Amino acid sequence: MKLVTAVIKPYQLDAVKEALHALGVTGLTVSEVQGYGRQKGHTEVYRGAEYTVEFLPKIKVEVVTDEIDVDKIVDAVVTSARTGKIGDGKVWVTAVEEVVRVRTGERGLDAL
Amino acid sequence: MHVDTGNTAWLLLSSALVLLMTPGLALFYGGLNRSKGTLNMMMMSFSCIGLISVLWALYGWTLAFGTNSSTGFNKILGSFTQYLGTGTSWIGEEWKVAGTGTGIPTYVVMAFQMMFAIITVALISGSLSDRLKFGGWVLFAIGWFTIVYVPVAHWIWGGGWIGANLGALDFAGGTAVHINAGSAALGVALVLGKRIGWPRENMRPHNVPFVALGAGLLWFGWFGFNAGSELTADTVASAAFVNTQLATAAALCGWCAVEWIRDGKPTLVGASSGAVAGLVAITPACGFIPPLASILLGIVAGAVCALAVSLKYRFGFDDSLDVVGVHFVGGWIGSLWIGLFATSGVNAVVTHKSLFFGGSLDQLWRQFVASASVTVYSFAIAAILALILKAVKVLRVSEDAEVGGIDISDHGETAYDFQPVAGSSGGAFAIAGIGGTKADADGKADASQKVAG
Repeated sequence: MKLVTAVIKPYQLDAVKEALHALGVTGLTVSEVQGYGRQKGHTEVYRGAEYTVEFLPKIKVEVVTDEIDVDKIVDAVVTSARTGKIGDGKVWVTAVEEVVRVRTGERGLDAL
Repeated sequence: MHVDTGNTAWLLLSSALVLLMTPGLALFYGGLNRSKGTLNMMMMSFSCIGLISVLWALYGWTLAFGTNSSTGFNKILGSFTQYLGTGTSWIGEEWKVAGTGTGIPTYVVMAFQMMFAIITVALISGSLSDRLKFGGWVLFAIGWFTIVYVPVAHWIWGGGWIGANLGALDFAGGTAVHINAGSAALGVALVLGKRIGWPRENMRPHNVPFVALGAGLLWFGWFGFNAGSELTADTVASAAFVNTQLATAAALCGWCAVEWIRDGKPTLVGASSGAVAGLVAITPACGFIPPLASILLGIVAGAVCALAVSLKYRFGFDDSLDVVGVHFVGGWIGSLWIGLFATSGVNAVVTHKSLFFGGSLDQLWRQFVASASVTVYSFAIAAILALILKAVKVLRVSEDAEVGGIDISDHGETAYDFQPVAGSSGGAFAIAGIGGTKADADGKADASQKVAG
């Protein structure tokens, strides 16, 4: 099993969610996060004093999946999250050793 | 007495309008402040409503607006006994201005002036955010009100030396309120010192809509402050009302113009600050100058104050929310403006010639002396009071308390249920109750939670 993690622009969340739904992904976790990559932050000016906002709001999407579906899911996220402008985010894949469904105690692929 | 119902109704309404300015100021300052100290900032305003109202009725009014039986002493301070304790023996008394009856009960004038005293003390708090012990603030407010505001109000409006002998004019409080409070704010801030991390750390306003809401309430209430200061509902009040709107509107434009040219973008904080700068500047002059001079005043005050708020970075004093840059500077501009544009065509009490209506410096030098005197007196006493509080260790909160937030250390409450790192909402944490203690299922409080009563 694999964990697909994507950090995307907040506004792209709906598109990513729909693309994953179309692939048959049954669940995902989203969280609000902050950070920066090449985009860096931006500056704000209050009463003439400049403030640098270094960390920009982003959304982190996490999906645990069967290994067979990983490439399709990564492609779907990348395609749907892309605006072509700087700050579109990153997607990475990590290995997952075990998954347990809390309600039933099912393990592994059955728990997905 | 004969009650003029029009005048009395107008001044009663104006008194309520001026009271509303202090909650407005609390929102204005509270929004400009960082979130961890916003409640303390607002409490400094609200505490003045509680504290100063009572002190005013007990002794402030008689000392500021009573007439001392000794003509010489009356130049400095009013009567110790005339209205002491705001008794009922003079409830039927009519208020007189220069010997002429206004048809307004003295009680109403006492209430109107009470609201001025409240907001003047509250204005000072803007330079002290996030680091002044609340107990220290209460003691300072009592001391400054008693030793500075009360006598200065007497000097200017109560028959004292500035109004009666010097002949300086101050229609609604440019000198008595704004220069007075602004100068005190600088004096205390210098003794108090900078906030930890200032100016390196990011201390941007935490709630800009609060700032705009506060500015709006101030603007609304300020019509009572300015037009109400005529006391009677007459032609001078109408001029003061119109001038207030025009100068404030022009100052909003002036501040935004500076931002647009210098920073590339006009801001809502700038528009709100510009409006307040305009209100401050027109305050002393609104009943003495023509409308076009008010528009010019607004543009100048808006632009100059927009530049003046940067002075603290150059000179290295932490006037946190720019009381000096807005109230002190704006008050000075408005006070001097009287010397430039006052005319008896607007108000018959203008007897000395101004620069543009009579080609004379006769009024201008009087304005300068009055403004400078109040500047020096208020600054000195405020600094001395702060030094005394520092000596008895009730001035500044501990470093831990300041870093953790004065709202928690001095008030035991927080403004927001959940404080994220940088502005996002935290639904799940709020549902889980993270960040607060909650009662057990049986209704008893946790050991960590104290329940009063």
